[in-house]
Amino acid sequence: MSHSVDTWIMALLTLCVFSFLYRDNPFYRFAEHLFVGAAAGYLLAVQYQNVLVPNMIRPLGRGNLLPLVPLALGIMLLGRLAEKTSSASRWALAFYVGIYSGIAVPAYMQAQIFAQLADATKPWQPGWGAINSALILIGFLTVLAYFFFSAPHRGLHGASARVGIWFLMVAFGASFGYTVMARVSLLIARVQFLLRDWLGVLPGA
Amino acid sequence: MRQGPFVLTFLVGAMLIAIFFIPHYRAQQVQTQLLDWANIVYAFALALGSISLLVLHGNKVRAGGSQAKYSFVTVAALVVITVAGVVQGVEEGTLVNRIYNAVNAPLASTMFALLAFFIASAAFRAFRARNTEATLLLATALIMMFGRVSIGEFVWSGFPPLTEWLLDVPNLAAKRGVAIGVGLGAVATALKIILGIDRSYMGKA
Repeated sequence: MSHSVDTWIMALLTLCVFSFLYRDNPFYRFAEHLFVGAAAGYLLAVQYQNVLVPNMIRPLGRGNLLPLVPLALGIMLLGRLAEKTSSASRWALAFYVGIYSGIAVPAYMQAQIFAQLADATKPWQPGWGAINSALILIGFLTVLAYFFFSAPHRGLHGASARVGIWFLMVAFGASFGYTVMARVSLLIARVQFLLRDWLGVLPGA
Repeated sequence: MRQGPFVLTFLVGAMLIAIFFIPHYRAQQVQTQLLDWANIVYAFALALGSISLLVLHGNKVRAGGSQAKYSFVTVAALVVITVAGVVQGVEEGTLVNRIYNAVNAPLASTMFALLAFFIASAAFRAFRARNTEATLLLATALIMMFGRVSIGEFVWSGFPPLTEWLLDVPNLAAKRGVAIGVGLGAVATALKIILGIDRSYMGKA
């Protein structure tokens, strides 16, 4: 059995969370509330050290006054905490949303739309690979047909949309299977931790 | 004055779209600067969220009752980790890093591992091969799960290659269609925000 305080804390918190499998209980509630506070605190500390210090505090310390602009916007955003000053937060929100909307237009066009279209129009693979290439093209076009709601799904469009649903179901099934396996891997890792690192009943501690 | 924030969103958004087409280094510097500012505003947004969390749980602690002790755990974790992170930093060897490894990491992975049980139970109740679509979903998920574990290969050696084919052909075709749909949706939403057609993000403030 481990003699490390950290390992004991990790093991007890792991057991607290797993206790939810029985039913909601004080141990799980403790772990849940601790997780919320710890996650928020860690995120805030990381943002302070990795964003505010290098981009705002240090430049201001060197006499660069430009970071006063985002500082002012940040303070305006905090105005949301009080009813009287909440309208000031609209400016900060407008700035932030404007930045990421402006970034999104070319970024999505380039990375999602054009890149996918370019891959879809590549020459087919030789030999038997051509069947796969044809299936990919058919799947891609029929999925697009399914997502085209400006015309009713009837006739050829309806038939294409139906085939598109089959492709989508296969993709959702694959994603589901992947997600389940990822969660099971995490579960195995937690059980391994309890048995090997904490209790020492598995070799390799 | 009420239109001011929308004008700011338009100016910032339009400027970032224009900058994408200007390869001059000065334009790229402006983009980097604006993104740094947006990151600073984001850090303040996180601070706003943490303060809201603190106020919410602080009020619960003051009000007392059976749940107050859990709220105290959240408040204590948030305050301790934030203060330690701001004062000491978050690098390897600091208190925050040790707390992260002993508390945040095991809690996060155990929470996700817990989902393995709930996904399995939900799938058992929901997965019924009622029609073609549901059968495709069920069959793909099962093939994916078998194809990703060693036992799958022992049951039938065709599981791993079939899994690969499902991922590379029908899954790719569907994901490509979905990616283009998501891309078009994101671009349309971003343009609506920049042009002031969609103002819902501003809320009631």
